[in-house]
Amino acid sequence: MAIQRNMDPKKCPMPNQDPMVRNKNFDEVALGYTPEMAVSEAKRCLGCPKKPCQSGCPVGIDIPAFIAKVAEEDFEGAYQILSASSALPAVCGRVCPQETQCEGKCVRGVKGESVGIGRLERFVADWHREHSTESIQKPTPNGHKVAIIGAGPSGLTAAGDLAKLGYSVTIYEALHLAGGVLVYGIPEFRLPKAIVQKEIDGLKEMGVSIETNMVIGKVLTIDELMGEYGFEAVYVASGAGLPRFMGIPGESLKGVYSANEYLTRINLMKAYKKDSKTPIMHSKKVAVVGGGNVAMDAARCAKRMGAEEVYIVYRRGMEELPARKEEIEHAEEEGIIFKTLTNPVEVLGDADGMVCGMKCIEMELGEPDDSGRRRPIEKPNSEFVLDVDTMIMSIGTSPNPLIRSTTPGLETNRHGCIVTNGDDGLTSREGVYAGGDAVTGAATVILAMGAGKHAAKAIDEYIKNKK
Amino acid sequence: MYKIVEKTPLNPTVTKMVIEAPLVAKKAQAGQFIIVRAKDDSERIPLTVADYDREAGTVTIIFQIVGGGTMELNTLNAGESVHDFVGPLGKPSHLDGLKKVAVVGGGVGCAIAYPTAKRLHELGAEVHSIVGFRNKDLVILEKEFEAVSNKMVLMTDDGSYGQKGLVTNALEALIQEGNQYDEVIAIGPLIMMKFVAQLTKKYNIKTTVSMNPIMIDGTGMCGGCRLTVGGETKFACVDGPDFDGHLVDFDEAMHRGTMYKDFEAHAREASCNLLNKEVE
Repeated sequence: MAIQRNMDPKKCPMPNQDPMVRNKNFDEVALGYTPEMAVSEAKRCLGCPKKPCQSGCPVGIDIPAFIAKVAEEDFEGAYQILSASSALPAVCGRVCPQETQCEGKCVRGVKGESVGIGRLERFVADWHREHSTESIQKPTPNGHKVAIIGAGPSGLTAAGDLAKLGYSVTIYEALHLAGGVLVYGIPEFRLPKAIVQKEIDGLKEMGVSIETNMVIGKVLTIDELMGEYGFEAVYVASGAGLPRFMGIPGESLKGVYSANEYLTRINLMKAYKKDSKTPIMHSKKVAVVGGGNVAMDAARCAKRMGAEEVYIVYRRGMEELPARKEEIEHAEEEGIIFKTLTNPVEVLGDADGMVCGMKCIEMELGEPDDSGRRRPIEKPNSEFVLDVDTMIMSIGTSPNPLIRSTTPGLETNRHGCIVTNGDDGLTSREGVYAGGDAVTGAATVILAMGAGKHAAKAIDEYIKNKK
Repeated sequence: MYKIVEKTPLNPTVTKMVIEAPLVAKKAQAGQFIIVRAKDDSERIPLTVADYDREAGTVTIIFQIVGGGTMELNTLNAGESVHDFVGPLGKPSHLDGLKKVAVVGGGVGCAIAYPTAKRLHELGAEVHSIVGFRNKDLVILEKEFEAVSNKMVLMTDDGSYGQKGLVTNALEALIQEGNQYDEVIAIGPLIMMKFVAQLTKKYNIKTTVSMNPIMIDGTGMCGGCRLTVGGETKFACVDGPDFDGHLVDFDEAMHRGTMYKDFEAHAREASCNLLNKEVE
């Protein structure tokens, strides 16, 4: 039966919680498509034979095929196609920057809005989680052991792929909970932690072992893992690590947070819950410095924690904001104030050492720099003071030294990122692979997952060929 | 889960716990720290390693009951378990090659100064220990210090035990007697370490202090533990916890330490009420 195409130039809108309600709670913002919405949106897909969308997906999901299944109302069939390529579809449907990946290549996007691929992915993964009764099949063991450092998106993806191939996989996680940035960074209202936990439980059912409270480089080294512990290969997916500060006066005042600290207190340590034992400042006026997804998360958390005024302070313009488009829109709807073309020059403190303001300078855009973006330049004599009691620094991270400093022969670049041999993630040490933010510096969940996929494939080939 | 093998109150506000954590015990060195979480929903508390037994696979921690978190930890007893125990974190102290050292401990900081004194003693250094407490009731580890020290001075603020006065009085007296120290190692309240560092600066003696700021993950991720040392931002968890006492900005560290004072006071009260209810 031929599918009746839906030629609506616009995406089926995502039902969301009302902005002025949701900016006071931590429940998920987007409520998800109903089956009717999903089928109708799926029918907007033209099923292009060249599949441009698939080439935009870092894990190479067969997008037209899964969407066709949705259009046929075969949601479980759609899930099988998704899960063949992605270990965490419920996560990706929520946090991928689709507009620069799959949806950015969608032919429907030329004369209208692209197909809502991310929304459909989310729908299918959620449908499966809520309806499927199938238990996960434990693969037949192949007798080989692989260790993974870091239970974030990259490590979890590699673990899933290797476990499916029969490897005995152990993930070592430094924190007390697995999930990496999915649990400490991305807030509940964007990615409910129950969904992350469900994906992790799935890996455990497949036989993946997760050891928490294990800081590799301290309690065990990579040499020990590959020596007395008998792992044939190690995948380092330890994340980006140390938060950067600007080096301006006043950054040590009380009320200056790194986004990592602020988000970790709220998300991992649950400071947003009334009965939480984790202290957090209940700020009135907050400036978040930076324009990425992490900055949006921090700003929206601050609003939900009760701040009256929350600013995003970013040195370039609205067009240059690196955050996902939907996050910027959501933040604006929730009342976050964007102070673009503005850069902090000093944090001001009161007699108690508490933040009582942030001195800023206005910026304008000059010639494009190495990154191709127009370089922000200070406007002379344009300083002003923003009245805030809290400042959250969200200007990126630099790699953690714990692994490189304890692994002889592991090559790193001048930024401290682990150097790998192209796509497969092989490092300068035989049998040691790396990927995700530990290699690229701070990037996205999906790129980290893509790296995990490639590394799993390379590790499988390496171990097979060694025999 | 990590089993509590032994729990001993050292004084009314300080508790010693020996915890089964074989992998941590195997790697731990003097100067490093661990992070403990009492229960599933507890805070992460950083504590310096007080001792370890590689054969028995145990790590000893000594903590002062100051806030809701340590109060909750103190509700657990031998035979029970702590939910999480991670380490060893931070860099070990550099003690090799020191010939004559003054180890200065203040209050519960003595719990961390002791393994340092012990290690120096084992390495063959001449150890002068100066330990200070508010009063006689709060004295801990007196015998232990005596056993590893060539000279030991015990000070109390009120003179109820040992000599009356501050550790800096005793240290200055020893220096003026002509003792030439390769290094002074000071571990205790920030204000004590600040004044020890001021004193030793005057005499130009290298001084190491052990910092214990607020932190969450202990691996460099949160940046909450940042300090200014010699004008540079350092993270106590990965760059320390030992730093050159003459370079640390103590005033800033003291300010930062009070960030959650109100919350802590509230949490302590809440925990107390909770305990009262349990007793009822």
